[in-house]
Amino acid sequence: MNDQNRKITILFAEDDSDECLLVQKAFQEIDTAYDIFFVPDGIELLQYLNKQGRYHAPSSAPRPDLILLDLNMPRMDGRQALAEIKADPDLRSIPVVVFTNSHTQEDILRTYDLGGAGFIIKPLNFEGMREVVKVLNEYWFEVVELASGERVKSIKSRLLTLPSSS
Amino acid sequence: MFNNAKLVTFLIAEDDPDDRLLIHEAFQESRVSNSFNFVEDGVELMDYLRRQGKYEDPASSPTPDLILLDLNMPRKDGREALAEIKGDPRLRYIPVVVLTTSKAEEDIMRSYDIGAASYITKPVTFDGLVEAIKGFKQYWVQIVCLPDLDTVRE
Repeated sequence: MNDQNRKITILFAEDDSDECLLVQKAFQEIDTAYDIFFVPDGIELLQYLNKQGRYHAPSSAPRPDLILLDLNMPRMDGRQALAEIKADPDLRSIPVVVFTNSHTQEDILRTYDLGGAGFIIKPLNFEGMREVVKVLNEYWFEVVELASGERVKSIKSRLLTLPSSS
Repeated sequence: MFNNAKLVTFLIAEDDPDDRLLIHEAFQESRVSNSFNFVEDGVELMDYLRRQGKYEDPASSPTPDLILLDLNMPRKDGREALAEIKGDPRLRYIPVVVLTTSKAEEDIMRSYDIGAASYITKPVTFDGLVEAIKGFKQYWVQIVCLPDLDTVRE
């Protein structure tokens, strides 16, 4: 079980601002300390994760513990963004859960094939959203151990600081 | 809550007979009314998934919707099996959830890096295990859509 005092960061890639509001509201009802950040498309998602553009300041883009990803977004869609995240050695350890209106088998299969950690069809009403967010919270933040950003960094720096022989 | 009519098949790789029993009971306790099969190490796991050796008959090796994987097992450990599954285009779409006693950051990191869908540390008490399996079930059986294996096959 995870340390409940640690603040959890969720990054939600979603172009529909009503949907963002609904998810935010559902998360607010949960008794867990977390920060939720929103990006409107795949391009901004990757800029956020790579701390580029307007996400240059580290405080503006803390490494997420979990990414919720819409599939149908302008500029770069969720399918391509998922492929890029999972191909990047620095980002691939972040679990990505697809959160979409799509019901197609092709999208479901492709999500898992690319390394997605779940495929959730968006609930139609707030009641359903609340239920989904409750289960998401219980599973990812109470049952599962995450490879959090700090842990990733500390292991990497340990691997990089090999003693010099001279 | 959601469309839950489909029976989910779990494959559980666990070498410790006591743990197998506990997991079995925890699944029953948390009312996971789905089918599950056990394999005892990474070699058996890969034989099952590839229908080799004693798993040649497809009736003995129904394709799992999800794999629960212990890390420390004899012959072939979970890390190696996970890498093989995720490196195989015919198997990689099956989500693999690590369920282990290891709390080592390196194991957590590496499991996600190789492609585990999530990493669960085995709770020390039976009640804790039941709670974890409940959370696991709510997520993977109730709110998540898994590939329809009939469409995957062909």
